[in-house]
Amino acid sequence: MDLTEEQLKRYSRHIILPEVGGKGQKKISEAKVMIVGAGGLGCPVGYYLAAAGVGTLALVDNDEVELSNLQRQIAHSVKTLGVNKAESAKQTFEGLNPDVNVVTIKERINSKNILGLFKDYDVIVDGTDNFPTRYLINDACVMLNKPLVSGAILRFEGQVTTIIPNDGPCYRCLFEEPPPPGLVPSCQEAGVLGVLPGVIGALQATEVLKLILGKGQPLKGSLLIYDALGVNFRKVKVPKNENCAICGKNPTITELNDLPEEYCSI
Amino acid sequence: MAVKVKIPVPLQRLTQGKEEVEGAAGSIIALVNDLDKLYPGLAERISEDGKLRRFVNVYVNEEDVRFLKNEETEVKDGDEVSIVPAIAGGSVAS
Repeated sequence: MDLTEEQLKRYSRHIILPEVGGKGQKKISEAKVMIVGAGGLGCPVGYYLAAAGVGTLALVDNDEVELSNLQRQIAHSVKTLGVNKAESAKQTFEGLNPDVNVVTIKERINSKNILGLFKDYDVIVDGTDNFPTRYLINDACVMLNKPLVSGAILRFEGQVTTIIPNDGPCYRCLFEEPPPPGLVPSCQEAGVLGVLPGVIGALQATEVLKLILGKGQPLKGSLLIYDALGVNFRKVKVPKNENCAICGKNPTITELNDLPEEYCSI
Repeated sequence: MAVKVKIPVPLQRLTQGKEEVEGAAGSIIALVNDLDKLYPGLAERISEDGKLRRFVNVYVNEEDVRFLKNEETEVKDGDEVSIVPAIAGGSVAS
């Protein structure tokens, strides 16, 4: 499929970059990206990937837009209050770029449906708000050998890392196990600066585009920590853990399991 | 010059909102226990029975101490220690 006149114009600032060009833009238009969570992180990630012309964007979210979301979840609006978040974001992204095929999955992701949902996608983006889903997404990506761009935010701090299974550490290599329920507050309890997911989501979208283009250094083997108040970006090393429960030498996790629900109620 | 310790957001309420505190050179666990005297409750959030908790990472400069000598890793003046817990926020879709 060649780029049309209109597409050449729309993506001209990409195409002029030697690292992208017509070839790279075609790769972007053929890519299939799955974003789990159409909230604080999913909105900016999807927004920029839609603008970039990613061919297929899947959005997974079973929640509805509420007024308290609009402080940071920029793909939603007062017009979509009460609408499913994936659906609301789809309307916004299609308005920005009708080239993009936005697939909505209005389900909660779990150990039964995750492999089927992920299998046809090239890159997975984690924009979820709870540990059980984070570990489940990581484990599914390791099993399916799918690259995963993970982002997380709390108050004034964000974390980003890119996981390339079999070629670097995974989320369990980084954090061996989730904190017990109640120890780490959720955004709902602790708050989050509205622009913070924008910063972290834009970094995640950048990582996705680099993976699609095969350009630059992916953020693998490192965790990037952004501290908005101190204006610091810090990178710490994440070695592959040989004893990792999912990607180590003798994995103990051989099938997907859902963590107990109480982990969700942090 | 002392050891700088970066306190993550979820633990800053134990350090009177300070995002960076200072401690003395020595082992990581001694540093954590020392800081606990000034900021009670800190050690318990990071360690249990003298061992670092598995969902909190501690870095000396850029290196994860789990791949050095864990809680026995020695830090010296001028080192920067970062305490990094897993965080999960993204959307509030739970």
